[in-house]
Amino acid sequence: MSCIEQMKYKLYLERTSFKEAREYIEKNSEEVYYVDPGYKIFKDYYIIGVPPVAMGVRGGEMLFTYVKPCHGTFVMGIDSEEEIARLRENEEKKIKKSLKGGVRDKAEAKAAPMSFSEMYRN
Amino acid sequence: MSEGKSALLVMGCPEVPVQMSMVIYLTHKLKKAGWDVTVAGTNAAVKLLKVADPESYYVQKMVDLDRLIADVVEKKIDFDICFAFMHSDAGMTYGATFSAISKARLFAVVFGKNAEALGESIDYPAEKIVAVAAHNPAPLKVKIDKVAL
Repeated sequence: MSCIEQMKYKLYLERTSFKEAREYIEKNSEEVYYVDPGYKIFKDYYIIGVPPVAMGVRGGEMLFTYVKPCHGTFVMGIDSEEEIARLRENEEKKIKKSLKGGVRDKAEAKAAPMSFSEMYRN
Repeated sequence: MSEGKSALLVMGCPEVPVQMSMVIYLTHKLKKAGWDVTVAGTNAAVKLLKVADPESYYVQKMVDLDRLIADVVEKKIDFDICFAFMHSDAGMTYGATFSAISKARLFAVVFGKNAEALGESIDYPAEKIVAVAAHNPAPLKVKIDKVAL
């Protein structure tokens, strides 16, 4: 049993499909972040899910999917400023990484084009 | 050659009878072919397996599913092939998770009354083994026997 079940949580959807749970989070959160399956929250819960796995922020509450093999998917909400801050930080890192990739791609793109006259110059 | 290679069997909810039968069958088959086999499941599924195989004649390595996921994510362990058994949306979701966290060649073993619809909903990288089978393991066994490893 994960530590999550011993925490103070709210259940917003119970025994539903993963797709419905994702849609609920997308529609009912002020901020939505997407993480990979296996993203770790709290002490020992690794998110189970079909990518893209949505995680929501509503006020001080984090909304996320919790999957149990025999019971389906649940949408849970737990108050945690710490986990919300980690989600935002994770998103910032992703943006920075993609920006860096973009700059590198641009640099490569700049070097690549060459005219026929340049090609035959030597 | 499969000598020294590792296989993981992921059990879903054990409420459909063919799963346990096929897990024991496939473990035996893979071991005979030289694979090092680990079976992961929930508490209930592992208990069913332990009672059915009290001296671990067929299955030597049994692990808790959540613990195993943690170890794969933390890169403490991984496998060459993985068979994820599923008959529900939750099982399909666990399969998607293994597809994302593990480098193993993934087989989605889909069974139960709604196997065809569930099989069609799988859009992550996996080789699908689909059979409408709940009590009779034969249709699933036939499909599993056709898998070339």
